[in-house]
Amino acid sequence: MTSAAKDVKRRGSNAEEMGARQRDISVSEFFAKNRHLLGFDNPRKALLTTVKEAVDNSLDACEEGGILPELAVVIEDLQPDRAATVKSSRYRVTIVDNGPGIVRKQVENIFGRLLYGSKFHRLKMSRGQQGIGISAAGMYGLITTGRPMTIVTRPKPNALAHRIELAMNTKTNRAEVITDVETEDFPPERLRGVTLGARALASEKGFLDAIEFPTGTSVSIELEGRYQRGRGSVDEFLELTAIANPHAKFVFVPPSRESATEEDDVPLVTQGAASAASSATTTTDTHGVIIFPRGVQELPRETQEIQPHPKGIELGILLQMLKDYEATEKGSLFSFLQERFCRVSAVTAAAMCKKVGVTTRTRAGDIDPPVAEKLFKEFETTKLAPPPTDCLAPIGVRQMLAGMLKGVRAEFYAASSRDAAVYRGRPFQIEAAIAFGGDLPCEESARVIRFANRVPLLFQQSACSSFKAIAETAWKNYGLQQPRGNVPTGPLVVMIHMASVWVPFTSESKEAIADYDEIRKEMKLALMECGRKLGTYLRKRLKMKRESDRRDVFERYIGEIAKALHQITGRNPKPIYDALLLQARAKTAVADVELDDEGRVRKQAPDPSEEQDDEGVIIVEGAIPNLGSGAVIPAAPVEFDVPASAPRRARAPKDATARKVSAPAVSSAPSVKKPNKRSVADTPSLF
Amino acid sequence: MAAKKTTTSDAAQPATGRLKERDAKTTKKILELAEEMARRALSGQDPIIQIPTRAKSNTIWNKKRGILEMGSATAARPLFDLKTAKQFMQTMLHSNTINDLIAAGKTSSLRGVFYKAKHTVAGTRENTFDGQDESDPILEDLEVALGALREELHVFAENRGSMVGNITIVDRGDEINCRKMGSGGYALPSIVEPDIIQFKKCEAKFILHVEKGTVWNRFNEDRFWEKNNCILTHGAGQPPRGCRRLLQRMTQELKLPLICVLDCDPWGHYIYSVIKQGSISLAFESSRLAIPEAKFLGIRAKDFRACDLDDAVKIDLTENDIKRAGEIAAYPWFEHHKGWQREIDQLLKNGFKMEVESLITKDISYVTDTYVPERLKARDWID
Repeated sequence: MTSAAKDVKRRGSNAEEMGARQRDISVSEFFAKNRHLLGFDNPRKALLTTVKEAVDNSLDACEEGGILPELAVVIEDLQPDRAATVKSSRYRVTIVDNGPGIVRKQVENIFGRLLYGSKFHRLKMSRGQQGIGISAAGMYGLITTGRPMTIVTRPKPNALAHRIELAMNTKTNRAEVITDVETEDFPPERLRGVTLGARALASEKGFLDAIEFPTGTSVSIELEGRYQRGRGSVDEFLELTAIANPHAKFVFVPPSRESATEEDDVPLVTQGAASAASSATTTTDTHGVIIFPRGVQELPRETQEIQPHPKGIELGILLQMLKDYEATEKGSLFSFLQERFCRVSAVTAAAMCKKVGVTTRTRAGDIDPPVAEKLFKEFETTKLAPPPTDCLAPIGVRQMLAGMLKGVRAEFYAASSRDAAVYRGRPFQIEAAIAFGGDLPCEESARVIRFANRVPLLFQQSACSSFKAIAETAWKNYGLQQPRGNVPTGPLVVMIHMASVWVPFTSESKEAIADYDEIRKEMKLALMECGRKLGTYLRKRLKMKRESDRRDVFERYIGEIAKALHQITGRNPKPIYDALLLQARAKTAVADVELDDEGRVRKQAPDPSEEQDDEGVIIVEGAIPNLGSGAVIPAAPVEFDVPASAPRRARAPKDATARKVSAPAVSSAPSVKKPNKRSVADTPSLF
Repeated sequence: MAAKKTTTSDAAQPATGRLKERDAKTTKKILELAEEMARRALSGQDPIIQIPTRAKSNTIWNKKRGILEMGSATAARPLFDLKTAKQFMQTMLHSNTINDLIAAGKTSSLRGVFYKAKHTVAGTRENTFDGQDESDPILEDLEVALGALREELHVFAENRGSMVGNITIVDRGDEINCRKMGSGGYALPSIVEPDIIQFKKCEAKFILHVEKGTVWNRFNEDRFWEKNNCILTHGAGQPPRGCRRLLQRMTQELKLPLICVLDCDPWGHYIYSVIKQGSISLAFESSRLAIPEAKFLGIRAKDFRACDLDDAVKIDLTENDIKRAGEIAAYPWFEHHKGWQREIDQLLKNGFKMEVESLITKDISYVTDTYVPERLKARDWID
């Protein structure tokens, strides 16, 4: 500032001097100073955001390449010997995917420039939108550690991979290449040995095998961060991402130690339950390495790119579009309308031209702003079909259920997928799913998990449209408790997903969905559909409990009665017991029939512990907690004291007394199934 | 536990021939009940126990005898009904318990019977009886269903109530001189049948029954029974069966009039009613318990003025008291009794109740030295 020094008499500066100081602000410079806007507010969130941006990119890339995604997320603690009181540490975050890889010349652009990407300019549903994510993470790493980011990518299966180190120049918004070599080392060998768990996994089941990763990309960023489990953690993010992306497999190698602080661990999957589970379709934790397996084998529908809908743009954008069209096509307004917008037919385009007073041959470039404004008004009043919806790839009811099933230990799951709707000319689609009961905590508020284009939203829950939709839904109607103006209370997880070509976030860090009436309405309708299914289930469950209580009451007592009668009369208790049991059965058979008539009779499901139907409901019978009046029935048959001459064996008929204890498939605490053994075959189920 | 039913003969306790006979009769009744249930079960019929109803609806006021009697209504207790299934089981369990008691020739308290039959239902965590309050009514059900008295079932209640006075009795062979009972008195046992208790020598001319122990202590300390040649009893509030039965035996066998000194409130009136006519829940025993000649000496509603009592003794009637007073006034045996209608009217008009102890405001021994002797002399009572 030399000019300021020589002119000290006057206070302030003249226009020239001011002009000398006015210059371009590089976008990267701006974000370097405003990193909280991108989700790098604090060390813990910075670590999460880095993982999140890399995972989003990897999943998008895999899907676009038609590859079932397999991702490895490895976080290494680079200062493992730090003092216990130091809250943050330096970490190296590496995300490896089996995607199509990146051609060499694009590497700098993708990873080294802010606001560079394939996603911003088109209306296509994808996880990332603005193209600032991964490069911002790299920049954050550079600012906090001075270390460049490392990219290893192999775009062709049998060719050498590129290994590039990039540092971003915040002034020029360009990346500077530090190292650029070709290598055979992809997926990076080093990662297989970073922790004990990774080594065990690599030797037992295979981890980052070259066969599984013929092509792909690995991104490593060193950054100042803080690793701590709980809400808003990397663990939660991956857990939720796995739920919303059942077609993807994730392996997470967490750092060897957590940052020093009290643990606030609220995972959906309790550690004990996870390790007890051996099923291949649920999340497992071995030697500290968490594996989120693939739940479904199909990729999401490939989404189509769409042109903007006339009702979804603003005047300035229209003017810009006209200018662009003139620059590239030099065509007429008539063809501009048809080509650059969706849902504008030749007839509509002609009518619009007529309305604004130009012919169908008038060049788009000749449209002056007043006419453009007229045209813009015309857009608002003309009746147009809503935008096409093939641009959307909802998760799908079956996939949502699969995702919830593997990630949440509950007894009842329901999902619903709304038809596509439109806000501000942009198509969107709402999906909801709920999980109820099982191991979920009963006394707490329902847990809300939110997704936008399959990406979990971890912060600012109460600012999100979905939260409002949940609070506004009358859950009391479905048999749940709900404090006024809040989410319901009970063993419940509510999942909401919004799929759209453009998700309206409240901020750049993409944490909450803006509250548009159209969106909230759709959310509520989806929630209500799930709620109705839950309500039906809960009512049926209550009824079933009553019926089985009734059966149990009789069967519980007749053993005692037979014994008493034996002792008074000296008669053999067994025939008396059998006769009474027969009567009890006859009495409760009536109840069984009643239940059948009211509820839909259960189809003979091939797997008796899990039922699924095409109406978006799964009931895990084994996870239904014992509902009885405290009368848990262990497998203890009634024994009668009979003179020693009689052989001592369980004399009651087996099916009456040896109650079946069907351990739930996944729970570590086996709950007892109420109906007795024969019910496996003929107890009516709920759906 | 096996083969219990024929062991009556080797009873541990020496029993008279009459006792043996009585036990054999009870055992037979229990066996019949059990046999019927077993037969029903084996023939595919609903197992149902018929139990005479112990409710107001099934009590009959026998005007001629002046006692409450039980009607003929019974209630079915089927096994296969959610409401009665557990009670059915409990009834069978207690039948067995009683059968065992008789076989062993022992008696047991109500609480003991409860414990004997209490266990977890096989294969569950549920108790056969959750508490004694579930067990006691089942025993009363069995009494009426079998037509056997509680002592015939070898079950007794806690000792309650005391007695002193000019009488000598024999209790299980022990001579008890009720003139030398110190300050505690002779504790009234639950079973006072002639085979247990016999009256040996009695000079007393009447029985004075007071409501509770504190009042009884006053009378005993002042040697009221000695000065007035009587027997002094109390029943610790609502008198239990043993107390009532003994009072009845004394009035009948020794021809002694019974005079009651109770509180001036609906509860006191009710106690009098129970002593005199019998209670609803034990209507089946009224002929052994009720004493239609019993007289109500006080405290009377008029006594506040008559004895010139202090305002401090007043205790306001609660809404419940007023309701209760109305109910008692409507009892068939009070309904047409002018004396009682007047008494209850006066109580309601007063709007307050008075305890026997209220007379202490006059003088500590006013009740024993003045009140009761004067009233007795004047024959001022309601009957």
